[in-house]
Amino acid sequence: MDLTQSTASSLLELLGTGQLTSVELTRHYLDRIATHDARIGAFLRVDADSSLAQARAIDAKRQAGQPVGLLGGLPVAVKDVIAQRGELLTCGSRMLENFRSPYDAGIIERLTAADAVLLGRTNMDEFAMGGSNENSAYFPCRNPWNTACIPGGSSGGAAAAIAADFAPLSIGTDTGGSIRQPAGLCGVTGLKPTYGRVSRYGLVAFASSLDQIGPLAHTARDAALLLQVIAGHDPRDSTSVNAAVPPYSQTVTQPLAGLRLGIVPEHFAAGLDGEVAAAVKSAINVYETLGASVREVELPHAQYAVATYYIIAPCEASSNLARYDGVHYGRRAEMGPLTAELAAERKELLAAGRAADAAKVDNNLVRMYRQSRAEGFGTEVKRRIMIGAYALSAGYYDAYYVKALKVRRLIRQDYDRAFEHVDLIVGPVSPTTAFPIGQKANDPLAMYLDDLYTVSANLAGIGGIAIPCGMSAAGLPIGLQLTAPPFQEDRLLRAAHMFQTATDWHTRRPKM
Amino acid sequence: MSVPYTTIIGLEVHVQLSTATKLFCGCGTRFGGAPNTQTCPVCIGMPGVLPVMNGRAFELALRTALALNCEIAPYTKWDRKQYFYPDLPKGYQISQYDLPFSFDGWLAISDPKERFPAKKVGIIRAHLEEDAGKSMHDEATGRADSRIDLNRCGTPLLEIVSQPDLRSALEAKAYLTELKLLLEYLEVSDCNMQEGSLRVDANVNLHIDAPGERLAKTPIVEIKNMNSFRAVERAIAYEADRQYDLWRERQIELGQPGGHKTTRGWDDTAGVTRPQREKEESADYRYFPDPDLTPVTVTREQIAAVRDQLPEPPPALRARFEAQFGLTPYDCEVLVSSGKPMVAYFLELAGLIGDGKTAVNWVTQDLARTLNERQVPLAEFPIRPPALAELIQRVQAGEFNTSKAREVFEAMLAQDLSVADAIAKLGITRVDESELVALCEKLLADNPRIVADVKAGKLQAAGGFVGQAKKLNPNVNPARVRELCLELIAKMGS
Ligand SMILES: [Zn+2]
Repeated sequence: MDLTQSTASSLLELLGTGQLTSVELTRHYLDRIATHDARIGAFLRVDADSSLAQARAIDAKRQAGQPVGLLGGLPVAVKDVIAQRGELLTCGSRMLENFRSPYDAGIIERLTAADAVLLGRTNMDEFAMGGSNENSAYFPCRNPWNTACIPGGSSGGAAAAIAADFAPLSIGTDTGGSIRQPAGLCGVTGLKPTYGRVSRYGLVAFASSLDQIGPLAHTARDAALLLQVIAGHDPRDSTSVNAAVPPYSQTVTQPLAGLRLGIVPEHFAAGLDGEVAAAVKSAINVYETLGASVREVELPHAQYAVATYYIIAPCEASSNLARYDGVHYGRRAEMGPLTAELAAERKELLAAGRAADAAKVDNNLVRMYRQSRAEGFGTEVKRRIMIGAYALSAGYYDAYYVKALKVRRLIRQDYDRAFEHVDLIVGPVSPTTAFPIGQKANDPLAMYLDDLYTVSANLAGIGGIAIPCGMSAAGLPIGLQLTAPPFQEDRLLRAAHMFQTATDWHTRRPKM
Repeated sequence: MSVPYTTIIGLEVHVQLSTATKLFCGCGTRFGGAPNTQTCPVCIGMPGVLPVMNGRAFELALRTALALNCEIAPYTKWDRKQYFYPDLPKGYQISQYDLPFSFDGWLAISDPKERFPAKKVGIIRAHLEEDAGKSMHDEATGRADSRIDLNRCGTPLLEIVSQPDLRSALEAKAYLTELKLLLEYLEVSDCNMQEGSLRVDANVNLHIDAPGERLAKTPIVEIKNMNSFRAVERAIAYEADRQYDLWRERQIELGQPGGHKTTRGWDDTAGVTRPQREKEESADYRYFPDPDLTPVTVTREQIAAVRDQLPEPPPALRARFEAQFGLTPYDCEVLVSSGKPMVAYFLELAGLIGDGKTAVNWVTQDLARTLNERQVPLAEFPIRPPALAELIQRVQAGEFNTSKAREVFEAMLAQDLSVADAIAKLGITRVDESELVALCEKLLADNPRIVADVKAGKLQAAGGFVGQAKKLNPNVNPARVRELCLELIAKMGS
């Protein structure tokens, strides 16, 4: 049986009818990873024994006639930022290279309860900071469509794993577009749910008020299945919303009659690549042929979204990452050389007659914090910690953080107003297709501007989905983004599925 | 003794709330567990965990704030106070910064000995926060190892910050005593200072009449590390002297160069304050709202419900006991200060015997002394109010006198006996009136000299009969013997 080109839904049928066992399926993916992932770098770690053991248990359950969960033995790849008991939890960082989680995240419990096979841990930008996966402390992940290009970030590994057919389903996290942007650049479907829809318990925080876990898959239908499993209230997360979870996997195939789509003129202004613009426009035409109406809407504060995001996210990050101090969590600098270094510094200053400066030299503890953090964090993480610490410091708090919160509220209000007139807003996911590795590595601002179309949804807390809608002349995928009012994931998935019934972009696979 | 300055004192009291579990997780809050045994991923800030507020802690805090006459904010949030320290695993402490859940209250204090005028001490704010862990520096091994116990991490604390309204160590002690008493009546904290359930920091400076009719203010010093009220009193007195000496020497005033706030620790053995690690000129905690916790809204109905269940506070109890039972202010003070269990005991006893004054004497004297000698809490004291009431009622019925009753009380206690059994054991029997008359007549006949003295108006001579009567029959009521003898002599005529 050739299992490539399969979708989770089709595999689930085979599993259900007994034509395929979970062990066979798991072994199939493990083999593909073993064969191809050295070139891609989608996974940081795969534990074949543990995955096969899970698969075996699920097969046994099914054979014994016991009820099997919604995922019924389907392998799921998990981004290495989500706690799984007994597993390393590196967050793509050297800081946590030896950290093993003693507990399970809320969504890991749900995946296990739904009889998913946890396949492995996917590559990511360090602590989910980045838009290219070049910030992984271990190795970059590459785009399966062109390994000279980035897959997008920070859930680059999660998106590449789907595109390369290493797993039928994967879990990513989205703080400023980290599911949707790599999904768009890798030609897969990725959904960022409404903030509070999925429990963040066990998700290592980057920016708590923006982070949200979501599914990546080949199709909207598959994403619906995975979302149905992971969504829902968790009393261990105060920001988790106590609202019923619709049966997404059942409703996803129902078309939306009289769909009203909104487009934002600014989304098609300077900066947007011509090929991307053309693909997005023709996707909008597809919706029109399916009976949707299209009108322009205004998001007047969207122009401040990137600036606002790059204040709020670093502020929260600087605080969330404080615990990696070498005392409790994270790499600890070696004390011997450090103590000697301090003694030498003091001695030198005293010899130079600078007693006052000598008295100000760090004590061992402070130097240990500094050195541990200097060694453990990469450049981008340090940059954001510094921005955040600065923006929260006395005298700047009101000018930056408080101001950013005000703009954030305005951005949310813009969406509320726009959604009075339309059901969904449609536009590009990112301004260009996947760019070559290294191209923007030394230009953080250029990299930040790639988040132009995605960060607003995180600031507003609303849901958004990225689906493939075209290919560039260079053979790289182009993504379409749909955003919806809060808790309208059902609407997003149905609209995405409508598009996928009328087009075949989502069925394209890179040559491996 | 008058001093040439006024001491200005504000107190920050950290109270550990009596919840079974911590502020943001389900770990227990018991004292004295083996290090790091009362921890979970949440309270030690493991990567990925999230805090969830303990509603009971908020309720206890609300109870306290209302009893302290505070305003309650309808909307309150949590903030992160950020600094690096080994006993702070997350790198921040969850606290409340600019929107504390309560503010603008007061606590009335007074001195029964009137050494200072009664006053209301302002409460600036009371807010909730989580405790940090504990660092233990083991320098004895010569390796200066530091060990960290995170058991306390996440323990709910209520920080009560007073206005700088206190003017002496004595007032500070009165404030703390009254506050602790209130907390005990509210049953919000066990207030055990040895176990760190109640911790006090004092902000102290002096207002000095400087030359030229000018008021000089000395730099504020925050004194930390005081673990008894006596230590607070001593530390403040010490600090006032030290600041005055320093001012006379250097004249550095608050706000001038070198006049910033500093922190000193109290060394109880040496009886001095010492400089602590100087905070940087402006410790920047980079407070910001904790994005993991949703804001708390408090409705008028919730406030009313908590207010309705507040127990009678100590000042109200003192006033009520004075009015209801005719107790002296001193007795009221002693009774209320001895705590809620004692007051409950008193009320039950007073109800049973219908006499508050007798009840308060027994409770504040015999009972209090015995508890103190035996070092047992009242809850475990074997003589419950009905038994003590029975004993007192027998005295009231004239069966025996109070000093006999004390013997019975001791016997009940020593041998765990009922009132009746203790009386039987001590051989106390009621002396029949006719028996007593016969005994007194015998005494009169045997002691003509005393009879003569009494007749001559020296009534105190009748005391002689009492001593002899007790020898003849130990069960006689001495007062009744005296009374009867005087009656009989009066009947004899002159
Ligand atoms: Zn805990």
